[in-house]
Amino acid sequence: MLAYAVKRIGLGLLILVFVMVVMYAAVFLVPGDPATVALGPRATPELKKLLIERMGLDQPVWWQIVEFFRNALTGNLGYDVWSNRPVSTLVIEALPNTLILGLASLLTALAIGVPLGCLSVMRRGTLADGVIGVLAVSVIAVPSFVVAIYSLLVFAVTLRWLPAIGAGEAGNMASQFKALILPALAIALGWVGYIARMVRASMMEVMGEPHIRTARSFGLPEWKIVSKYALRIAIIPTISLVAVGLGSILSSAVFVEAVFSRPGIGKLITDAVSTRNYPVVMGTVLIMTTIYISITIAADLLIARLDPRVRDVFRG
Amino acid sequence: MSGALAVRDLSVRYETAQGAVHALRHVDIEASPGEVVGIVGESGCGKSTLVTALANLLPANARADGAILYDGVDLAGLDARRQRMLRGDEIALIGQDPMTAFNPVLTIGDQLVDFQHHRRDLGRAEKRARIVAMLGRVGISDAERRMKSYPHELSGGMRQRVAIAAALLTDPGLLIADEPTTALDVTMEAQIIHLLRELRRDYNGIVIVVSHHLGVIAELCDRVYVMYAGEVVEGGDVDAIFHGARHPYTRALLACDPAGFPDRLERLPTIPGSLPSLTVPPTGCVYAPRCERAFAPCGLAEPRPVPLSGSHMARCHAVSA
Repeated sequence: MLAYAVKRIGLGLLILVFVMVVMYAAVFLVPGDPATVALGPRATPELKKLLIERMGLDQPVWWQIVEFFRNALTGNLGYDVWSNRPVSTLVIEALPNTLILGLASLLTALAIGVPLGCLSVMRRGTLADGVIGVLAVSVIAVPSFVVAIYSLLVFAVTLRWLPAIGAGEAGNMASQFKALILPALAIALGWVGYIARMVRASMMEVMGEPHIRTARSFGLPEWKIVSKYALRIAIIPTISLVAVGLGSILSSAVFVEAVFSRPGIGKLITDAVSTRNYPVVMGTVLIMTTIYISITIAADLLIARLDPRVRDVFRG
Repeated sequence: MSGALAVRDLSVRYETAQGAVHALRHVDIEASPGEVVGIVGESGCGKSTLVTALANLLPANARADGAILYDGVDLAGLDARRQRMLRGDEIALIGQDPMTAFNPVLTIGDQLVDFQHHRRDLGRAEKRARIVAMLGRVGISDAERRMKSYPHELSGGMRQRVAIAAALLTDPGLLIADEPTTALDVTMEAQIIHLLRELRRDYNGIVIVVSHHLGVIAELCDRVYVMYAGEVVEGGDVDAIFHGARHPYTRALLACDPAGFPDRLERLPTIPGSLPSLTVPPTGCVYAPRCERAFAPCGLAEPRPVPLSGSHMARCHAVSA
């Protein structure tokens, strides 16, 4: 298990380096230098040169990459020349909001999707199963920013139950929670559908296995067979799906944070990209990629934990 | 607690898109407490359907007619909940393939505790103690450690011992062993048969052993029913069947048993022809198309069971008492 973990983490680091190299290559290839975009067409050459030097863009690309990683190892993600603050500070300020949003969406999606999938299996072939199936497909089909805009219109503007913008007052838990509900639901809704369908599909497969017949032959109640004997196996592909889907949850967060003017990584990246603020883009991408890779590794380890057969493969 | 089992005129058909498959037709079976009854027949003869019907585990597309009387109660007539309450309490099933019989992500101990769920009078610790004792009884050493094992960490023979222990833990009145040794190699098979023989000495309920293996039936059973194409064609004491079979199918089956030949043969004997369609069963005797003794009435009328000495009976026009 330990060897497996070390191997996965090593691979993760390799992916991280690869992603950053690709990002630098992209910056190098994109036409228009940041100084012109940021300072406008009438800026003097001296001013442009100064900005390029401050951003470190005058160095060779390979040297920029080496420098970037050397600094990143010491916790220095570079400097935002516009706000005059370290990128790490910007990320640290924005990150909690996005993580809370992502986590809340994920937990909501799991808390609704898994029971719906189980219910579908227990009532397979009935009206309830059909209704859940249709609903699942419908919510998958609706993009999260559409849900965001409509829920904002209904619950914030018309009904005035929940706040429309921001992340809530600092230090006020109730206000922060209220500000979280609509954005989290907007992201979670589609995932409820995905998870319900995924759980149903893998559960149906598991329910046909001989060990389920054994459990039935001992007269175990159906809810126990579904929730313990089948779900423990059926949840495994769902965990992989959710781990991979976290990337798309984070990209939905970009839109949803924009709709709700919610400070967060999504907003940070969109603003930084539109002003060609490369140090901020690089620092943020590094952090997001690290988080994404960590989650994938965590999911793999969790699967190994849940499935003793996988565990043994990696033990040997 | 144990009562007698009487299957009366049981027919089961599966409704499929290609039409109804008549898997069992007019099956009658008797078993009294303390008796080991064998069901033998080739693949597709309806053995598994019979077991599934007895264990109340028929799939949703199955239609059953007739009665399964256990201790005077018709199991087929009970609602789903009461059927479930009998499973794992009065009726226990030992499955065909020990490799896939257990949940792969739960420990043996966890599953065996769950399987005793009908025993509300017992606490978790008591259930675990019963498991340790029972695993010891079926010949598993180091039972405490084995309870913490996952199924894939046990060999096939050991898993089948666990399956037997699981069934016995529920203290059933009706124990059904569906091809208990088919998935095992020869040495394991011998060990499991030995174990089942030993266990039957202090077990008072009914045991139904299903197998296509004549040796297994001969070793374990008091009485045997021979099935062909969904029907019971002959039944009686093991001695009467193995030494005085009357039905042409039983005779042909016994003649094909490789264990009966002292020397190596160039070709193993077979029964010519193949099983009739279960979608459109033949009129008359089901075995007539393959029977060497078939004569005029066989293709026209279904033979009635002919009672012979004792409980011996055969469904054949060519047999008379």
